Amino acid sequence: MNRTIVRLTAQGMLGGRRLWLLGALALLIVVIAVATRLLVPVSEADAAGLLRAVAFSTFLPLFGLIVGTGAIAPEIDDGSIVHLLAKPVSRHTIVQSKLLVAIGAITALAVVPTMLAAVILGAGPQTVLAFGAGALAAGAVYSVLFLLLTVVTRHAVIIGLVYALMWESLVGSFVPGARSLSVQQWALSVTESIAPAGLVTADVGLGLACGLIVGGFVAATWYAGNRLNVLTLAAED
Amino acid sequence: MSPADSAPSGVIHNIGYRGYDGERLTRRGITFGLYAHSLRGIFGLGRAARSKVVPFGMVVVMLLPAVVLAVVAVVGAGLGQLDGPVVPYTRYAMILQAALAIFVAVAAPQAVSLDLRFHSLPLYLARPLERVDYVRAKLAAMTTAVFLLLAAPLLVLYLGSLAARFDAGRETLDLAQALLGALLFAAVLSGLSLVIASLTARRGFGIAAIVTVLVLSYSIVSSLQGVVAFEADDATTAGWIGLFSPMTLVDGVQVWAFGVTSSTPAGPAGDLAGPTFLVVALAFVALAYWALTRRYRKVKV
Repeated sequence: MNRTIVRLTAQGMLGGRRLWLLGALALLIVVIAVATRLLVPVSEADAAGLLRAVAFSTFLPLFGLIVGTGAIAPEIDDGSIVHLLAKPVSRHTIVQSKLLVAIGAITALAVVPTMLAAVILGAGPQTVLAFGAGALAAGAVYSVLFLLLTVVTRHAVIIGLVYALMWESLVGSFVPGARSLSVQQWALSVTESIAPAGLVTADVGLGLACGLIVGGFVAATWYAGNRLNVLTLAAED
Repeated sequence: MSPADSAPSGVIHNIGYRGYDGERLTRRGITFGLYAHSLRGIFGLGRAARSKVVPFGMVVVMLLPAVVLAVVAVVGAGLGQLDGPVVPYTRYAMILQAALAIFVAVAAPQAVSLDLRFHSLPLYLARPLERVDYVRAKLAAMTTAVFLLLAAPLLVLYLGSLAARFDAGRETLDLAQALLGALLFAAVLSGLSLVIASLTARRGFGIAAIVTVLVLSYSIVSSLQGVVAFEADDATTAGWIGLFSPMTLVDGVQVWAFGVTSSTPAGPAGDLAGPTFLVVALAFVALAYWALTRRYRKVKV
């Protein structure tokens, strides 16, 4: 970790208007929870279903995409990354510092609001904890995956979108095998293991999911650092 | 002695500048030129090969299920199992809205953000082209592009239905309705995406913002509708919630105007709701046009 890189990344990602935009997104999920609570009496199963549909299948992937690419993409885009790369700091340290900011942002602005929404929807402490753990796992993996994509290709946002919107939902609903390669299912598996029995179902076993989450996280972090070593700057088309 | 030696040196030769005195395009002609150029640019035509990947990739993603469904219709009709299309035309856009959202999100920043980033607006405005013409050309190009994306698979489905010898009159009517719906989808989505894209010169940021708005609003609205319709058993309220996301808004108009089944847990219920959906959708397009003209009145030349 490098404190200066952390500070500069946080400034770039959350500085000025961006913090308000991301904060508004975070607020949205809480507002939905309040609105649902006011409109209808919700059982714990409904709360779980709503959180799964809104938070897990759209909110977290999109937030991970914004935060994961936002940690490094602007610098690569405008070429100022060369100033950072020229400093005597290990590329792995750069990636880890940026990742720390991304995960911090997703925890504060996506995981906590998700848990807050669960509380507002009247879920029990065990369910709240389960969704928090699942959201944290998903947020961390999405952040590192999209950060890695940004280092590897200039079209990270588009590839990330295709993965998050089409692979996880569209392909996953037709081809069951695709679900074991879905971050969402890994996170749901974590949630399933903590939540009261029968509340959430996941298609991936807990052992496999945990292995994939931890393994994917570590491998992607390491590989992103490696790829930063051989980064080439390309011009805008 | 060669002639070159005797010629005076250091002269800049006047090769003669010839002014153009042919016919010049009118303001309308230039607007149409910008429209055609933008439409080609959205699909990546005239740009590098990698710019074609996403637009045409999404076209393929939109077409593939239609081709499969058309084949299913022909085979199913041949076996005597089917007497109508498997998927109603009007629901096609809703089913494949992920691909639609990605297409729109990539196309709109391509159409306007790059002009902002590279300050090309002054070059356009140096011609007898007004700022409002620019907005109209971009909006029209974007709407045409999205409409083409939606209409192509509908035509494939229609041809499949004709080949399967379904009732041709009924199929043609259904197709016409779905095309009208596609036009409204195209207008609403284009307006929304261009307004967002015109606020940022960064393409990546525009893409993320448009997709977030489209996908998150749909996901929130449809799951809220599900909870309200099934748990509280209140289909009327659930129907009204559909007003708050572009996709469900247009779907609601289709449900009311064409009497088709809703793609969401609840369509607009009651005599008042349907017309309200149509008015809101049209007002939304008008509002987007107004916001764009306002935005482009302030862009510095």
